[in-house]
Amino acid sequence: MMDFIQYLGRNTLSSFTKLGRATFFLLHTTAGIFDILPRPRLLLNQLYSVGVLSFLIISISGLFVGMVLGLQGFYILSDFGAEETLGVMVAASLVRELGPVVSALLFAGRAGSALTAEIGLMKATEQLSGMEMMAVDPIKRIISPRFLAGFISMPLLAALFSAVGIIGGQIVGSGLLGVDEGAYWSQMQAKLDFQDDIVNGVIKSLVFGFVTSWIALFEGYDAIPTSEGVSRATTRTVVNSAFSILGLDFILTALMFGDD
Amino acid sequence: MQHSSTQDTLVGLFVAAGIAGLFFLALQVSNLSSFTEQEGYTITARFENSGGLKVKSPVSAAGVKIGQVSNISFDPKTYESVVKMRINSKYNTIPDDTTASIFTAGLLGEQYVSLEPGGSGEYLKQDGKIEITQSAIILEKAIGQFLFKSAEEKK
Repeated sequence: MMDFIQYLGRNTLSSFTKLGRATFFLLHTTAGIFDILPRPRLLLNQLYSVGVLSFLIISISGLFVGMVLGLQGFYILSDFGAEETLGVMVAASLVRELGPVVSALLFAGRAGSALTAEIGLMKATEQLSGMEMMAVDPIKRIISPRFLAGFISMPLLAALFSAVGIIGGQIVGSGLLGVDEGAYWSQMQAKLDFQDDIVNGVIKSLVFGFVTSWIALFEGYDAIPTSEGVSRATTRTVVNSAFSILGLDFILTALMFGDD
Repeated sequence: MQHSSTQDTLVGLFVAAGIAGLFFLALQVSNLSSFTEQEGYTITARFENSGGLKVKSPVSAAGVKIGQVSNISFDPKTYESVVKMRINSKYNTIPDDTTASIFTAGLLGEQYVSLEPGGSGEYLKQDGKIEITQSAIILEKAIGQFLFKSAEEKK
């Protein structure tokens, strides 16, 4: 019994200290963002590895998600003779939910895990300590550019995901199944609001980009510097990112689309 | 650092594609291009019952959307529903004896306000009022009346 209480106490304390470390890490990282300005090349390199390399998986997934939505939506809507609203269904579900959420999940799997492994290995091979020895702040030099790159890439990737998905839905809906193309677009334009739908979707993806980059970089920075520690940190990045994305999505949806 | 010029190009393409995606969503998918709320004037109509009308429901004349409902409130003195509508400033020649009715698009579709222009030479301006209105048809009420009537006839 005492053991259990001790275990509980130890776990609570360690998770709170970890949260504290993560907060300080975040403050340090955001403070380091201003030091990137004189060295844009650091950011550019990271935009390449975080954004450009995620581009393909995001656009292909977006295309297929949109096509599946078009197919399933058509089967259900045609029961009610409402195939024309297919465009609204595809676009609203992509722009409001699936675009930000699925692209953030893919981003965590594709870019987040790579960031954690990279930084964890840098720590394990003492590159970070080496930098400190040379009086270079590793957070400013290594972490901040990656954080900013994740924060910038995420809304762009989510917008691409939604745009490609809507086109995919149109290919299946009006190309294969015979929904009128004009109705697909015009119903969509009539029902989707710029402020309520598009802007809120972008806000969601900004939040997800912030959280996933933070988790990925912190887990890498905080990893136990062994090969096992790095592998565990990578797993934690993907699991924790997925939890936070889905949990935050619920909260954001409740706040944004609550009263209509 | 490493092979920078191809990298620059790819990053540039990526950012351009992302921004193009955002523009696509804004212009092609949402209503940003078709209707901006800033330019327009507000008119008010009082209905006995506004049914399922909502804020942002369309306002149309001759089947063409010319504005949208901006506010619906209940007047506790006259027990009427006060519907404020924002009309696109392009359409500034609506006569002041126009009739406003609430119709349903299709059998179960959304409700909208339909304006039928009268013959007056005076036009509605900002904060203008529509005097002649026709309430929403409540489907349940209509069915109830129909059943009641057919039961009466059978007697």
